[in-house]
Amino acid sequence: MTDLADLTVAAIRSGVAQGSFTAREVAEAFNANVAAAQDALNAFIVATPEQALEAADRVDAARAAGQPLGKLAGVPIGMKDLFATCDVQTTAASHILEGFRPQYESTVSQKLWDAGAGMLGKLNLDQFAMGSSNETSYFGNVVSPWRRAGDTAQLAPGGSSGGSSAAVAARLCPAATGTDTGGSIRQPAAFTGITGIKPTYGRCSRWGIVAFASSLDQAGPMARDVRDCAIMLEAMAGFDPKDATSLDLPVPEWEAGLSADLSGKVVGIPREYRMDGMDGDVAKSWDDGIAWLKDAGAKVVDVSLPHTQYALPAYYIIAPAEASSNLARYDGVRYGLRDLPEGAGLQDMYAATRAAGFGDEVKRRILIGTYVLSAGFYDAYYTQAQKVRTLISHDFKSAFSQCDVILAPTTPTATFALGEKSGDPLEMYLNDVFSVPASLAGLPAMSVPAGLNREGLPLGLQIIGKAFDEQGVLNAGLAIEQRVGFVAKPERWW
Amino acid sequence: MSDDALDRMVPELNQILDWVEQLGSVDVTGIEPMTAVIPNTLRLRDDVVDADPLTGGNRRDAVLANAPAAEHGFFGVPKVIE
Repeated sequence: MTDLADLTVAAIRSGVAQGSFTAREVAEAFNANVAAAQDALNAFIVATPEQALEAADRVDAARAAGQPLGKLAGVPIGMKDLFATCDVQTTAASHILEGFRPQYESTVSQKLWDAGAGMLGKLNLDQFAMGSSNETSYFGNVVSPWRRAGDTAQLAPGGSSGGSSAAVAARLCPAATGTDTGGSIRQPAAFTGITGIKPTYGRCSRWGIVAFASSLDQAGPMARDVRDCAIMLEAMAGFDPKDATSLDLPVPEWEAGLSADLSGKVVGIPREYRMDGMDGDVAKSWDDGIAWLKDAGAKVVDVSLPHTQYALPAYYIIAPAEASSNLARYDGVRYGLRDLPEGAGLQDMYAATRAAGFGDEVKRRILIGTYVLSAGFYDAYYTQAQKVRTLISHDFKSAFSQCDVILAPTTPTATFALGEKSGDPLEMYLNDVFSVPASLAGLPAMSVPAGLNREGLPLGLQIIGKAFDEQGVLNAGLAIEQRVGFVAKPERWW
Repeated sequence: MSDDALDRMVPELNQILDWVEQLGSVDVTGIEPMTAVIPNTLRLRDDVVDADPLTGGNRRDAVLANAPAAEHGFFGVPKVIE
């Protein structure tokens, strides 16, 4: 019999609809994989096998009764632990929210359940989504299922959606939710040989997602292939009056619109992304990607994004500034941890609670954020960074006057060992050099597998599109996917 | 934060701030700071009580459900006046 846990979202959905297997059988297969991998990979903070089974039983009952099935009927998924899930602990991988049980459901997760999906559990992540290697979680590192050829060193699954990437790559779930503030969907997808898309800012409601940097945060799916991402994104996206920045636009039928024929399309290659000393394997994968898109019928042109080098420093002012404001809500009064030393007053309680509840990376970013927003430094840092952000957005507008999509690597290198970069925050930040510009401009961007490097580790190619043109991004991704022939998966050692 | 933690963090913060200084060299003459990355208009909701039950009123118990010290229907805090 087929290994149900090796099926894609599309295959599970049609198998359940046709009665080839039941939704319950699918949920059981993934529940077993989740439990078997937990000690080794630590991808989940909380597993919810009962919820997965209950959702599956509802789908099986609906099918038996001849009722119409949702777009994700019978598909169990992993939920990044940044989405509020009603009555299920939601922590953002922090101590300060340990034990927090939301009394409401985030819009995106509710939409997924409404489409017939079930929840396998809450996925580990970098604390408050701040990190690029999943080493800042209070609940421990996530370990990538991938290993270098002939080596057992523990590797990073990327971050911040590292539980999501590890779980999809290891077949613990066919798809997962992620969130992307500066690359947190695309970079972990690239590191683990899977596919992930961050849609245009505003496509997915932020309501019920623990806030990091509100002008950048955007939810998106992570899955094994482009079609599955399109299916998931259709279920997740849509206008929500509860999010002031939600886009009041109909959700396109991205899955039905998939086409790998790029005739008449123009692909831009940003020359500033070709940096001195670029990793040879990454450079080769980029050249391969150019050839594949040409083969799919696209014309390829050079474009310029002149302010690329300033994107990362601008991001590391804007994101911490917004984080310092958003995280002020954790005060030990309304929810989460309270640390009240003997005889302490209110101010002492705030300080003690935050000292105990936030990890080092979170503290670093709050300190940087409050500093760049302080009177006297505000214009020099924050206003200047927001002006640079405008320039970066202008760069993309001018590039997109010459092309339909932009192709670039997702990351400067393949993944690295846990501990290799965690001692130097700045070196860790540089991981996001290729992903941050699209975030600052609010543009849709996805990562698709581009092959393996010489150590046998996955590399990703990034496609950046015009605002609202997720279809163009997905189609270019599909063209690459059909040509790369990426069938590699991590060999099971856990 | 403890002195130990500060000793560790101060050089890191200085390194990050030195690195972001490079933004000062970008010519931003005549450039407006970004306020909305995707053009959007702010909406007003209809002026109706409890238009959305999730964000409307009468949810006291749900609001207090996760409070570390809820007392008599209020958030409890340490004494704030001497």
